[in-house]
Amino acid sequence: MTLKTTFLGAAATALVMAATAAVAEPALIYDLGGKFDKSFNEAAYHGAEEWAKETGGKYKDIEISSEAQREQVLRRFAEEGFSPIITTGFSFSTPIANIAADYPDVKFVTIDGYVDPDGHPNVLSVLFKEEEGSYLVGMLAAEKSTTGTVSFVGGMDIPLIRKFACGYAQGAKAAKPDIKVVANMIGTDPSAWNDQLKASELTKAQIAQGSDVIFAAAGASGLGVLQTAADENVYGIGVDSNQNYLHPGHVLTSMLKRVDLAVKEAMTEGEDLKTGVKIEGLAEDGVGYAMDDNNADLITDAMKTSVADAKAKIISGEIKVHDYSADNTCPALDF
Amino acid sequence: MDRMPAWADVVLVPLISVLLAAAISAIAIVLIGENPWEAFKIMVEGALMRSSGWGYTLYYATNFIFTGLAVSVAFHARLFNIGGEGQAVLGSLGVTLACLFIPWPHWTLAIIGSSVAAAAFGALWILIPAYLQAKRGSHIVITTIMFNFIAAALINYLLVNHLRPMGSMEPASAVFPAATHLPSFHDMFSFLGPKMFRGSPANVSFFLAVIASIGVWLLIWHTKLGYAIRSLGFSESGAKYAGISPVKIMIIALLISGGLSGLMGVNATQGEAERLILNSAEGAGFIGIAVALMGRNHPLGVFLASILFGFLYQGGAELAMWTSIPRELIVVIQALVILFTGALDNLVRWPLESLFVALRKKES
Repeated sequence: MTLKTTFLGAAATALVMAATAAVAEPALIYDLGGKFDKSFNEAAYHGAEEWAKETGGKYKDIEISSEAQREQVLRRFAEEGFSPIITTGFSFSTPIANIAADYPDVKFVTIDGYVDPDGHPNVLSVLFKEEEGSYLVGMLAAEKSTTGTVSFVGGMDIPLIRKFACGYAQGAKAAKPDIKVVANMIGTDPSAWNDQLKASELTKAQIAQGSDVIFAAAGASGLGVLQTAADENVYGIGVDSNQNYLHPGHVLTSMLKRVDLAVKEAMTEGEDLKTGVKIEGLAEDGVGYAMDDNNADLITDAMKTSVADAKAKIISGEIKVHDYSADNTCPALDF
Repeated sequence: MDRMPAWADVVLVPLISVLLAAAISAIAIVLIGENPWEAFKIMVEGALMRSSGWGYTLYYATNFIFTGLAVSVAFHARLFNIGGEGQAVLGSLGVTLACLFIPWPHWTLAIIGSSVAAAAFGALWILIPAYLQAKRGSHIVITTIMFNFIAAALINYLLVNHLRPMGSMEPASAVFPAATHLPSFHDMFSFLGPKMFRGSPANVSFFLAVIASIGVWLLIWHTKLGYAIRSLGFSESGAKYAGISPVKIMIIALLISGGLSGLMGVNATQGEAERLILNSAEGAGFIGIAVALMGRNHPLGVFLASILFGFLYQGGAELAMWTSIPRELIVVIQALVILFTGALDNLVRWPLESLFVALRKKES
């Protein structure tokens, strides 16, 4: 394009404009938790916004408000010609599997969900190895702990959260084999993702049991965990996004799950999206732990080297982190 | 009742209330910088002008009819069952167990089996609160709402640890066998055109809800039991004096109420999701209270109010899809409808009553 003469350039611009008009817009559907949950869905929103800012592109997004709307919104968006249609949360996997065949020209993305690529050639499943990222923050927790007890606060007792907890416990026990890991879940219905008060109570109870590092994987409830940890002068660990800035000096680190990158990538690829199954682990930088100015003083060089060493070993396959969802068991923690 | 004709009580009062709620909603929409007339058009077009829109409206309405009837049956005995949510979830569990573990040859048999299971599980879930209310006087409002949380915990436990297929990340049961799938409106009415109700979840259980409405009407106004329930509601001591056992009638009324809530599972779980999901009742138990209030505890009123709320749900989804009106505003509109038809009922009733009285004086 840079070599074109001015009048060719003008013609080319017109062509490009015509081409963009024909390109389908991407769409993003948030799970029931809603767009601004300061966690998982919001990470997806940030990814989309970043894409829009960089490319000047437009996208459509919607927060659903009932289970029956999952299929409804997917169908309506597919009929309107949006593509790719990106969804957050595992609950979208079944509706996508049900309808994908009716819209072969539309590409669907399920983040955290799994749709069998055989028979669904237009679906991309993006899965994260949460256990690997949690393993690393578990090691950091155990090495930071002076009481010999660390703990975990989950939102709801669902397999995904057990996956986080199991990775965390494995990492903690790898760093200090005799460490005690306490794990609790906040609630049994979806309100558990947004109950900071109960999260705070659980955190206090865990501190009373001796815990001095607490990992929260509980959506917006996690903010209550981090707040209480800061108030009680112990350490919290954030999740999904980098939450180190919330209470500088009291958030040891955050377990990153790069939903934003996954959304951005899918939108960038647009209609040429490669479908199938994408697994994002440490090797792909899909998960990890956050280091910035806010926690630089909390993590010693010795901790850094041991975690970097473990990370390299996980990537090379020397350390195998057990995935709870593979066989519904956890070697390091009882549920 | 003697001051106002029945049609005004049943039709005019709710209608004016809804119009007032709509007017205030319109102001709210203007305040967030959107056009209320456009919004109203999108809601009507999305919910009522397309057959698939009706498919969603009627699907939601079916849920609300069941839970609304449940609240009204209990209310005729002056008992306030706000545990519809938990009973519906348990009903869904009954449906799930019936569909997964009994090899049904055809859906016509499966729907009978699953309805019985749904009603039985829903009724079972209110048995303890009902006993505690009737025998020990523990307030039904407190116990039923607490049972909602127990139900959520139970379902979560069963889904994560027992009913979830191996390797699945989603806390949901396996998909029901094909023979138990209920025919959707699309299957039933496709002779009217291939696109009729396409992709919408309304299914044959809507007719189950219609039957249930007629059944409740017969029960409350045309049976001895219904008479006993109503007399208990009007005066417990009066009922006792007439030889009615309050304990027995209370428990029976609540069991019927729980069973009706449970039947919602046939629509949501067997008809729509075709598997048990974590969030299967999703608030319909509470909407049932609003529907019963608005429908003045009469099955026909409940039916109409359910359609209105189905319209609000489906129209709200359309609003969220095609405008930048946030989904929270839909909740505001629903809340206004509930506020005006339920809590502020007398705001409309009193002026209307005095108007009728004045008119009558003039005539005489």
